[in-house]
Amino acid sequence: MSKDTILNAIRRGLKRGPLPEDQALGLRARMAAHPRHLIPARSRIDRPGQIALFLRNIEKEFGTFTRVPDLDAIPEAVADYLTANNLPSDFAMAPHPELAAIPWSNRPLLTQRPGRAQASDLVSLQHGYAAVAETGTLVLPAAAVRPTTLNLLSDTFMVVLRASRVVGAYEEAWDLLRAENRDERSGGFMPRNVMLVTGPSRSADIESTLELGAHGPRRLHVVLVDDDPAAFA
Amino acid sequence: MQIRSPAFKANVSAALADERLQKALEFTRPAFPSRRAAAVADLPEFEQLRDIGRDIKNHTLANLDFYLEIYAANVERAGGIVHWCSTADEARAAVLAICEKAGARTVTKGKSMISEELGINAHLEAHGITPVETDLGEYILQIRNEGPSHIIAPAFHLNRNDWEESFRKVHTDLPADRVFNERRDILTEARTRLREKFLAADVGITGANFLIAETGSSVIVTNEGNGDLTQTLPRVHIALASIEKLVPTLEDATSLLRLLARSATGQDFSVYTTFSTGARRSEDLDGPGEYHVVLIDNGRSGMIGTEFQEMLRCIRCAACMNHCPVYFTVGGHSYGWVYPGPMGSVLTPSLIGVDQAGHLPNASTFCGKCESVCPVKIPLPKLMRHWREHEFERHLSPSAVRTNLAIWAWFAMRPQLYRIATRIGARVLGWLGRKKGRLSSLPLAGGWTAGRDLPTPEGDTFFARYARLQREGKL
Repeated sequence: MSKDTILNAIRRGLKRGPLPEDQALGLRARMAAHPRHLIPARSRIDRPGQIALFLRNIEKEFGTFTRVPDLDAIPEAVADYLTANNLPSDFAMAPHPELAAIPWSNRPLLTQRPGRAQASDLVSLQHGYAAVAETGTLVLPAAAVRPTTLNLLSDTFMVVLRASRVVGAYEEAWDLLRAENRDERSGGFMPRNVMLVTGPSRSADIESTLELGAHGPRRLHVVLVDDDPAAFA
Repeated sequence: MQIRSPAFKANVSAALADERLQKALEFTRPAFPSRRAAAVADLPEFEQLRDIGRDIKNHTLANLDFYLEIYAANVERAGGIVHWCSTADEARAAVLAICEKAGARTVTKGKSMISEELGINAHLEAHGITPVETDLGEYILQIRNEGPSHIIAPAFHLNRNDWEESFRKVHTDLPADRVFNERRDILTEARTRLREKFLAADVGITGANFLIAETGSSVIVTNEGNGDLTQTLPRVHIALASIEKLVPTLEDATSLLRLLARSATGQDFSVYTTFSTGARRSEDLDGPGEYHVVLIDNGRSGMIGTEFQEMLRCIRCAACMNHCPVYFTVGGHSYGWVYPGPMGSVLTPSLIGVDQAGHLPNASTFCGKCESVCPVKIPLPKLMRHWREHEFERHLSPSAVRTNLAIWAWFAMRPQLYRIATRIGARVLGWLGRKKGRLSSLPLAGGWTAGRDLPTPEGDTFFARYARLQREGKL
């Protein structure tokens, strides 16, 4: 069997048989502890600094953002963004309770269609699970309430993110997922898919020159909800 | 993929005479190093991270059998299926069997070098299944029936006219009088055409930048989003991964990801870094119903325990080729197989044999730039030298090389004679170039001097000068 062929060939190269049990125990302990390595100092700063770093990196990566005080302010922020960019007012929206709780009726001209994205959707609105200040990266684990297609199929990708969910480094986002997520299928914490998204889609394949909007969204817009008192400078 | 490495010298001659290629190389050459340098300068911890990256990979390789078993068990716990494949034949058969079982007619593909190595496209086509490359660069190469010339920028050797000409040839349902004013028009046409393919595909095939033992995840890193559309929309997702992609934990993968994009494109992080773990869950609204990992050895295990084991640390960032004077003179196609540049010059002989690829480790000036930028500190020049030794020991090097080496060795083992000979050589060259201080042509080295001048020796040899300075108390 190929599995044995491969494992035996590796062991031959390593000049040993199967790993002795005491060493295997050590490796299992390392996996269980999943130690962090060096975390760059750039994100080891206070909360206001982390939020500022996150927003700076969003812009560095060709994204845009609006900062709003609470959920009530989201419909207006979304409507303004769509109007300013000449975009349609209907969009596919993640069926997440936090997004459903937004008072959309304040802006009756906006139409939300909760569910996964369809190929014809021009605009989508996703629920941001968390974000990493270090590189301006959105953390989007797949779930029934956070379909993956919303991240990919639309031309304009909007994400509602709470400031309290902005962490400094990737490792801190993994810790959130490890602590909060339970996957029925595997018994672990990883859902089917976790997308880390840093800016809108792009390609430099044509004459080594950067163009935005290759296969995924051409625009990325973050609506940051200031729910974190510690995050105010 | 067809092997053209034995014809390296002929490939190089053709590449040097190819003005279009030379123009593309000249245009792209400065971009990669300057982008990487800027990203590295922005992260003071980069050098420490290189040591960490090296250590993570070394730790994994020393326990690879153990971690592979844990990884496979975790994939299966999450509802995925692992197909262990020792050889390229087994891997091709596994991919075909999955596609046939799914009743696949078309298959979309994310960018994957191991897919090139295995020749997946030709195999699927031979069995009536249509593969569609969806990375922009790979898409145009598929249209033109060319191989990639670079591992992360596969089509940088083509210019805008090439794109336009190829699109007009295959997208015949579009108006023939349409205009491509700018690059964006090319991009938009590709985006529209490939969107249809993404939606129609029955199976999506991607590669994997990393596999994670702890969670049973495969990771892909892209900027276009094509890899994610490939693995999200079809009913079946197949991830192709060679065994050395494995790392133990998410934290290990995270540290390597801090190195990858900076070393590759000079980005702090790629646009899409996606961790796939098993098949669609019952409550999910999207995602593939089947998740397969085709886990491929194809020669890697044979490198473990040899002087080439360090090559298995490679994370395929392309920094080595991006900084290589040889690569940027001859282009990627000259190397004649899947992996070009310094990493290819070490890996290719390991995978297809030094008898086929012996020219590659010889095509190096040993300037050391590749090793100095490698994110996992692979000593590429040392490994190339090992291949030269193997080639010599197996009497594979050409007789002219062997004769010259023998002559040099004869002198080198007789220091007195060596010094006399080098003194004569230095004086003759110095006298020949006494007017200009450099030589613009040399007998038997016309190819070398065609591109540059040889600075003439100043009359002294190194030994003579060293001895003199020592006498004068200056050393």
